[in-house]
Amino acid sequence: MFDNLSEKLQRVFKNLRGEGKLSAENMETALREIRMALLEADVNFRVVKQLIENIKQKATGEEVLLSLSPAQQVVKIVHEELIKILGSHESKLRFANEPPSVFLIVGLQGSGKTTSTGKLARYLARNGHRPMVVSVDVYRPAAREQLKVVAREVGQPVYEGAPGESLPLDLARSARRESNNTGRDVLLVDTAGRLHIDEQLMTELQELKAQLNPVEILFVADAMTGQDAVKSADEFHKRLGITGVILTKMDGDARGGAALSIRHVTGQPLKFVGVGERLDALEPFHPDRAASRILGMGDVLSLIEKAAEQIDQKKAVEMQRKLLDNDFTLEDFRDQLRQLRKLGPLQSLLGMMPKVGVLKELKDVKVDEKEISRVVAIIDSMTPRERDNHMIINGSRRRRIARGSGTSVQDVNQLLKQYAEARKMMKMFSGGLKGGLGKRMGKMKLPPGFPFGDMPGPLDR
Amino acid sequence: MIQTLFGSVEQEPTLLEKLKSGVQKTRAGLVSALEDALQGRKEIDADLLDELEVTLISADVGVKTTGEILDRIRQRVERHQLSDAAQLRGMISEHLLEILEASERAPARVAEPPAVILVVGVNGSGKTTTIGKLAQRFRGEGRTALLCAADTFRAAAIEQLEIWGQRTATAVVRQGPGSDPSAVLFDALNAARARKVDYVIVDTAGRLQTRENLMAELQKMARTARKVIPDAPHEVLLVLDATTGQNGLEQARKFTEISGVTGIVLTKLDGTAKGGIVVAIARELNLPIRYVGVGEKAEDLLPFDAGKFIESLFEK
Repeated sequence: MFDNLSEKLQRVFKNLRGEGKLSAENMETALREIRMALLEADVNFRVVKQLIENIKQKATGEEVLLSLSPAQQVVKIVHEELIKILGSHESKLRFANEPPSVFLIVGLQGSGKTTSTGKLARYLARNGHRPMVVSVDVYRPAAREQLKVVAREVGQPVYEGAPGESLPLDLARSARRESNNTGRDVLLVDTAGRLHIDEQLMTELQELKAQLNPVEILFVADAMTGQDAVKSADEFHKRLGITGVILTKMDGDARGGAALSIRHVTGQPLKFVGVGERLDALEPFHPDRAASRILGMGDVLSLIEKAAEQIDQKKAVEMQRKLLDNDFTLEDFRDQLRQLRKLGPLQSLLGMMPKVGVLKELKDVKVDEKEISRVVAIIDSMTPRERDNHMIINGSRRRRIARGSGTSVQDVNQLLKQYAEARKMMKMFSGGLKGGLGKRMGKMKLPPGFPFGDMPGPLDR
Repeated sequence: MIQTLFGSVEQEPTLLEKLKSGVQKTRAGLVSALEDALQGRKEIDADLLDELEVTLISADVGVKTTGEILDRIRQRVERHQLSDAAQLRGMISEHLLEILEASERAPARVAEPPAVILVVGVNGSGKTTTIGKLAQRFRGEGRTALLCAADTFRAAAIEQLEIWGQRTATAVVRQGPGSDPSAVLFDALNAARARKVDYVIVDTAGRLQTRENLMAELQKMARTARKVIPDAPHEVLLVLDATTGQNGLEQARKFTEISGVTGIVLTKLDGTAKGGIVVAIARELNLPIRYVGVGEKAEDLLPFDAGKFIESLFEK
């Protein structure tokens, strides 16, 4: 859908290769492209305006004009400016000196408050806290029921309210007492969604704040929000003094320009991003990564981090040795697939990859999760000897394997072919590792149809 | 008169007024800003065009559609058909109306009730609330409906729909959380046929348009529906949050591609000064807007009419 900014800029600057120099005119074109890219990413136009001013000043400097790759230089400047607005480092949660620390979760309808509350409770519990949650959304049908279910799923207690207790303030106060009595150190208060123009409900939030004295007031915002993000965030901030932002639904293909707008207008840090429907899909916010995403540059760092979390280090080292010695058996192949699996749905992994250069074609790759299960099943149906040495797998063995795995002989053939090709490729690659990477990399072409052949598969590659 | 999916849209006396108060914010955001830009100007120069661009983009009309509107103005200026800045207001409203009208399309005819309405959209766009309001509307028109709780994924989604069912005295067909949405749908359609209701409104789980497997589930639901009622679903409504930015286009595109969206419901319009995304959607995807949601109450779902919409925006 969107072209990424660096590509656009490359196009702008390509035309001046012959001239070798950057003119003021070229720079105008480039700035216009940057402006459009930011607007298409839903960054607020006022914020865009200011950004463009800053970028202009920096980008018209000597350094850029004389550099050999003005496109990269300009992208770098844009990236830096975005980070400057987003905040230079990740922002941590604050806690009260005397427990329980009360967190107020606020936002517009449908932004994802209840789900985020559940995710946050899980996150806190995993980081040594003892959270309790309470819903004071007495308006939306089944809202409190929803939090109850979510809390049960993350295994954290929920204050359900005494019979007849149906006022937000009463519920919140009792919940605080309850967390005190039961030794919970953080109370998450899930509030009803409201429009920033709803006078009555905004007053209710102010009362909640006055009564509960929360250490964090987290504004939950939908990453898909358009130009209006500024207005609602600003109003919530004016009324309540929010202390941080949770940006939700970042697993979609929205660029999340709203993040920039909200941060700019409130000055408050983004603390978390929601990246999926599962209750573990909450990550601390990283300004640099978000900047890359707004520019369409992918989020490789998160991918690496995720990999580091899941992949068994010892196994990885072992695998590397095997690759170098060309000792990569079908058994290892299966292990790799399983590890890959652990990283989560492949489609979401692909989403993190930058859509540039060689990886550009990835954009439309559809990953067939079942294909991986099928391959694993086929390998499972082999004897250890066969896995160790695929050369011994003859026709009758193939038929047996196909029967055992519920696949056809063709499937088995295909897998073996892919495996052989992968081995060849790895041999080529390991040769490259030993003899200095470089030219060989460029030639590397992944076989089509290989389960992870057309994606940047195992991470040790 | 042939029965269309939504029956005849009667002329409620308060419709225009309701719409007006609902789009108050958009009016302030878009039209007043336009007027501010035009205020005291005589000539149409680059500066003014820049300001118009900013106004339209900041109403989420989108970079592309905004570009088209401006190109048209530029052309007319060049041909000397247009010189007075005061004419711009009328021209822009005309152009917006043209875009919205071009995408208008009557709902499919229903040979034999029940008419099946599949309600789809991303998480938190307001599907369940919209369904409650639709049920209320049909009931007000003297028609019978049946709600199908096919959002079996989100916590308490079924309960939420049931409460709407109670409020609007409409039956709800449900199974337990985590059950197969298609199975619930199958039951609901059979029940609807047996009970001879006019409409079946199907609540589906929110899904981001990038989730291939969840999108495939929608296709499966449509196939299931056809097993009971061959020409179902008669209408696929995409529920879109009015505060959505340019991602709204992507939503509309993907949902249309996968589940054959036939109309848009724009929710939470009362809270936003924008809502320009509908123009972009009408322009680029040629999808009609069926309803707009302008408040929390059950009767705050209004049938969309391009003429009235633009009128309520631009009328002085």
